[in-house]
Amino acid sequence: MKRFRSELSVAFAIVALLIVLAFLAPGFFTRENLSDLVLANMPVLIVALGMTLVIVTGHIDISVGTTFAICSVAAGEFAKLGLPAVGAGMAACVIGAMLGAINGALVAYVRIPSIVVTLAAMVAFRDALRWITQGAWVQDLPANFQWLGTSQAASNGITFLVAAALVISIGWGLRNLPAGRSVYATGSNENAARLVGIDSALVTFSVFAITGALTGCAALLNSIRFNQIPSNAGIGMEMKVITAVVVGGTAITGGRGSIQGTLLGVILLGIISPALTYLGFSAYWERAIQGLIILCAVGFDAVRSRLERSAGDFAERTA
Amino acid sequence: MSDLVLEAISISKAFAGVKALRSVSFELRPGEVHALIGENGAGKSTLIKIITGAVKPDAGSISVRGEHVLQMDPRLSKALGIAAIYQQPSLFPDLTVAENIALALETGGAWRTLDWKARSRRASQLLERAGASGTSIGPERLVSTLSMPEQQLVEIAKAIGADARIVIMDEPTASLTEREVESLFQVIARLRSEGVGVIYISHRLEEIAAVADRVTVLRDGESIATKRMDEVDRSELIRMMVGRELGSIFPKREIAMGEIVLELRDVSSRAAGMHHVSLNVRKGEILGIAGLVGSGRTELAETIFGLTPADSGEILLRGERVAITSPTDAIRRGIGYVPEDRPRHGAVLEMSIAANTSLANLRRVARHGLIDRDMERRLADKFVEQLRIKTPSVDMEVGALSGGNQQKVALARWLAIDPTVLILDEPTQGVDVGSKSEIHSLMADLAEQGLAIVMISSELPELLGMSDRIAVMHAGGIRGTLDRKDATQQSILSLALGHAA
Repeated sequence: MKRFRSELSVAFAIVALLIVLAFLAPGFFTRENLSDLVLANMPVLIVALGMTLVIVTGHIDISVGTTFAICSVAAGEFAKLGLPAVGAGMAACVIGAMLGAINGALVAYVRIPSIVVTLAAMVAFRDALRWITQGAWVQDLPANFQWLGTSQAASNGITFLVAAALVISIGWGLRNLPAGRSVYATGSNENAARLVGIDSALVTFSVFAITGALTGCAALLNSIRFNQIPSNAGIGMEMKVITAVVVGGTAITGGRGSIQGTLLGVILLGIISPALTYLGFSAYWERAIQGLIILCAVGFDAVRSRLERSAGDFAERTA
Repeated sequence: MSDLVLEAISISKAFAGVKALRSVSFELRPGEVHALIGENGAGKSTLIKIITGAVKPDAGSISVRGEHVLQMDPRLSKALGIAAIYQQPSLFPDLTVAENIALALETGGAWRTLDWKARSRRASQLLERAGASGTSIGPERLVSTLSMPEQQLVEIAKAIGADARIVIMDEPTASLTEREVESLFQVIARLRSEGVGVIYISHRLEEIAAVADRVTVLRDGESIATKRMDEVDRSELIRMMVGRELGSIFPKREIAMGEIVLELRDVSSRAAGMHHVSLNVRKGEILGIAGLVGSGRTELAETIFGLTPADSGEILLRGERVAITSPTDAIRRGIGYVPEDRPRHGAVLEMSIAANTSLANLRRVARHGLIDRDMERRLADKFVEQLRIKTPSVDMEVGALSGGNQQKVALARWLAIDPTVLILDEPTQGVDVGSKSEIHSLMADLAEQGLAIVMISSELPELLGMSDRIAVMHAGGIRGTLDRKDATQQSILSLALGHAA
């Protein structure tokens, strides 16, 4: 059970928040509100899946917000060129994967620190996009783009299923595939990984490319909910995603983390701010309280794991 | 009036109800080297922490130069002239040698002005007194460019500069070669002649025999005995430490050797700085590799394992010429490699024992490309039992195990590939006496089962005790190969220093 304990404190925080809401603001639990909440957080969740892999590998990708914007605009433009929504989505994923691959290659093979590479990518590609679009939003999208050309309900259902499938398959793969093991081994001890024949450069490259592709997928699922696509989408997204991953118990230093933790992290962060609104806190307080909750979740973990470790050390010494 | 520089009387300490020290007394005379030995967990570290003030004792008292100390704390202990030098030097890698020494010694506020020249001059003087003259350690060198033994010299210079009267050395030779150990002993001799008391902690009994005047043995938090070094012999010390007889110190067995398994013919690797190496290992044989640090021992292992592939010469496995250009090649051909420096290259500390064990051979625990956790656990259980790894469960993270047990997990990983050749680089470095002897008898078992073992070691007794033959390296080449019956400490050392056999 030890493996799940770090996730437990996040789960506990979620349950506590929901209980408070149930007593003080039952209006939070309307079908509409919940469905809105789920859909609004879907892009963050899907990108966070990739980010979990990147952080477990011991790296970070702060360019996801920019990639998200580029993929959103690209999906829209391809749709306007006549591609069906699914085709436009594929194209967005490929573009996302390519941008991720550029980051991955620079980190894994040129060995530039990931924070530098992705900071450069975040700024450079954001400005390139601004220059190309001249800040204009993508409008006049074809009718078969919004809601994937089906009903809003069907489209929402599809979005939900895609996200669920991604969560389950990536979470399962990370736990059960040898490839998943290589991700943990690379992030935990790159030298040891190299010695057992793991191509840790390839692992690093791949997790960035996968994150790019997932960002493309998230961009499509977000774009189909609206009838125009802003060219400045995804600003600040990287912070939300990284926060969710870290709150979910993934070690920022790599080697440790899980998809179920990330899922809980996204849920906790997703409900905090609407919950505060429902509970009648002033909007000015929202972010402060949000920060406090994050600090508590992560701080609690850090303190507990330190206690455990020193207890373990001692048991060890006296064994 | 006491002529003791340090006296600890009836020290007791319990952590969470477990007694780490039970009424332990310890004394140190000026100009004395007093060795403190015991297995891991015997209470050595706790006693040291109490002397340096890092931990408060539950009962007992400490006197320094006859003065009773009421409340020892790290600052007071420093002021009383107590300095500790640990196995891992605690220096700032991005500062220079002079700055590191100054940080420890200079006092004053954050706004005083600095006299860089005086600082540098002082550092040079202290380094010279620490025995660093004739080395390339200058005051302006960055600490990150120094080797481990050079960093240790800087630590000693700090201790001398602080005018320490009591110097505690905790496993100071763990990463040193024989020659560096020699020069450390000279420094200790100088400190002793200046009336400094030295507390010397080491697992290497032969070193203790060479350097210590008295020895105190701790076991399970109790002081078993304090003896003059000339009253005890090695086997008695071991018996006192472990509380039982260890069959023989080196459980070497006579094993009928089979055919040649691994052969190197004139192998060179420019990248590894290794040239014209020829050697062979037979089934059931333990080939020792001796040499000073930097002589190319580890590079030889890395070439065989495909990390720095050979660029000329031939490597043969069971008579067949093979190209090994990556660790994957080596693993596929049944070569296992347990590297030195376990935390950096060996065990993956954040992973469980089970995941560590299967890491080099995931195919063995996978079905249809998926990891079968039950199979993985069973595999790990088997090795936990075979290697006597002390752990409540194979789900424990390796980081929570002791050094000896981590080393066993690193070994288990390579045994799980069913190797035909096993390369062990410093297999017992930083491992306590009990685990050490277990690892040695395990090596004998493995050789008996037909494994060809290449063992790199800096410890001459280990090489002499365990190897069938010893290849001695010097400057990237093999200087000579000695048979078990011809090998002596002298013959190995003279080859290692580059003299002809």
